[in-house]
Amino acid sequence: MHRIWAMIERDMRRFRRSPVLVIVSILMPLVQLVVLGYAFGGKIKNLHVGVVDQDHGVPAIKIREMCQAIAANAKTFDTISYSDEASALADLRNGKINGVLSIPPEFSRKVLAGASPQIALAEDNTDQFSASALADSLNGLLVSYNGPAVQPRTTASVDLSVVEIYPYVPYIQFLLPGTITLSIFVSAMIGGGIIFIDDKARGLHEGYLVTPIRKIELILGFTLAGAIKAIIAGAVLITVGSVIAGIPDPLNPLRMAKMLVLVVATSMALISMMFLIMVRVSDPLVPRAIFGMLNTVLYFPSGAVYPPQSFPNWMKAIAFVDPFTYAVDGFKELVLKNTGLMAINVDLAFLLGFTVLTIGLATLLFRRTL
Amino acid sequence: MQAIEVENLTKRFGDFTAVDGISFSVAPGEVFGLLGPNGAGKSTLIRMLTTLVPPTSGTAYVNGFDIVRQANDVRQSIGVIPQAMTSDLDLSAQENMSIFAKLYGIPRERRLKTIAQLLKDVDLEKWADKPVKMFSGGMRRRLEIARGLVHEPKLFFLDEPTTGLDPVSRVGVWDMLSRLKTERQLTILVTTHYMDEADKLCDRIAIVDHGKLVALDSPLKLKASIPGKNVLEVSFSGAPKDWMQKLKSLDDVADVKAVDNIYRISSHNGPRTTVALMEAARSAGAAINSLSVQSTSLDDVFVHYTGHQLRDTLQAPSAADSPFVSHRGM
Repeated sequence: MHRIWAMIERDMRRFRRSPVLVIVSILMPLVQLVVLGYAFGGKIKNLHVGVVDQDHGVPAIKIREMCQAIAANAKTFDTISYSDEASALADLRNGKINGVLSIPPEFSRKVLAGASPQIALAEDNTDQFSASALADSLNGLLVSYNGPAVQPRTTASVDLSVVEIYPYVPYIQFLLPGTITLSIFVSAMIGGGIIFIDDKARGLHEGYLVTPIRKIELILGFTLAGAIKAIIAGAVLITVGSVIAGIPDPLNPLRMAKMLVLVVATSMALISMMFLIMVRVSDPLVPRAIFGMLNTVLYFPSGAVYPPQSFPNWMKAIAFVDPFTYAVDGFKELVLKNTGLMAINVDLAFLLGFTVLTIGLATLLFRRTL
Repeated sequence: MQAIEVENLTKRFGDFTAVDGISFSVAPGEVFGLLGPNGAGKSTLIRMLTTLVPPTSGTAYVNGFDIVRQANDVRQSIGVIPQAMTSDLDLSAQENMSIFAKLYGIPRERRLKTIAQLLKDVDLEKWADKPVKMFSGGMRRRLEIARGLVHEPKLFFLDEPTTGLDPVSRVGVWDMLSRLKTERQLTILVTTHYMDEADKLCDRIAIVDHGKLVALDSPLKLKASIPGKNVLEVSFSGAPKDWMQKLKSLDDVADVKAVDNIYRISSHNGPRTTVALMEAARSAGAAINSLSVQSTSLDDVFVHYTGHQLRDTLQAPSAADSPFVSHRGM
């Protein structure tokens, strides 16, 4: 037991001398949180739509007025008038405008005759996000255009009334659970991967192997020391991250305590996984080479940035065994819904089981000789 | 009981035999030197004895403990300085010592006292609180020697303790070792490339080549065991044609080799051969341009037993050679 403490003490003293590891593992995820949070979270605004009115009748003018109302209020797009369709389409192709709304000749006549009038939207669909925002906005416009001037007293059409049970969650808050997990991962990757293998390559481990330390003491010493550093990174992220992302009542002590439990479970799971991956590695290039790949394979399928319901089956399979998935899910419950630990018991159980399994395998593979 | 007893120890890596049936024993209090060219199997041998590498076959007892079945007792009873510099560079000298004292399970009161005494013994007490990354190669080696003695073992293994050190540091390290050996009645097994060190400091020397033991004796006896006790290097001008034959027939000459007009004469009795050589040169009318008489050195012994061939063999790449490992000094 005292030997495990000696190994942990060694790591903590080193860490106190150069806390670069924890600073890096805190900073990188925070930068990602802020940049990704603002890059993806916002509503799309100020698209440019060219309007070609070849009709000039009253219904056409009504459409154009409604467009201007959107330009003035929601600001999803503004309108530029073109006299002919060809020059509008040319500007669309050149990227000057994002879409062309074309009101064909005879539009007013067809409206008045009730002969299924149409207006056309040509849009730049290389940018799906802008294109769908534009189509949504114009569809909304047409729904209100088509609405009867006077509502009938009874109606048979069904409306969906949506009840939101939590306050509106901006994207940056949706990202925070993934960011906390990521900071624990980066700490495990640098501490349990890169530094661990560098020490091995320098011969430091050889020095320990000639002492009477037991195999299990070495393994527990390495993993617990790594877990403590990962926990420090995670603990900083749950507080600083909550403040930055604007979680309501960000430092609620009860929620922090519950999150810390999950931080500990996640740290143990990720550092054990790293130890298993690195147990037979001696080339210092390996942890550096797999860093990015591991990050991608674990982070993105976990549902940290996009709901996993949209994933193809092979990615759902990765998500199923990925400890990130359970950590992210647990943090989502705690951060966004402020639930109790009972709500995340499946997540905690998985992370615990994952830790036991990976440490067990690593112990089998660990060699106490060179 | 012998401090070390090695019986027919063998280590194979795939189809390469690194150590091939070596047997020897080391008596308590002895300084035992292991010599051999690069790749001869010295490090593998020392790693087997210090339980870092399991043997393929054969047995060895260290302090009476079987190196395979009682590996942990072996580890507790020996001090080891591996070839690589294994101190933690970010920690201070004191901290490095303290961690290892804890790994050896030394109780707290004894720990602080022992560490202070050892740091004093290796002249590092002034730098006890400085991080090891600021230490020179010689200081790091001395710290490792102190660290290896933190649990006061009686048997000490050192794998090339002076390789890569400058001459002054080398002398410093050996002075330190000699003093510690006397003070603490240590038994030492050491590998080195430096013949002069081995000659001066070792009681007995084993020469290992191609994984086999090719010679084992005291430095004096090893030097006496090879032909010629002295070597005369001499050059002449105006030497007659049959001069080579003449030189070979001089008193006590064992062998003569010539390169251009420089002759290398191995002799069983340097002074007598020298006198005879002077006589012969005068009567033949040859002028002696230069003459030096040397005793056989351990270098000659080494070359005699291991041959002149260069050992250009490939070795497994070491992880420490990776460009990603930062090398902070030696």
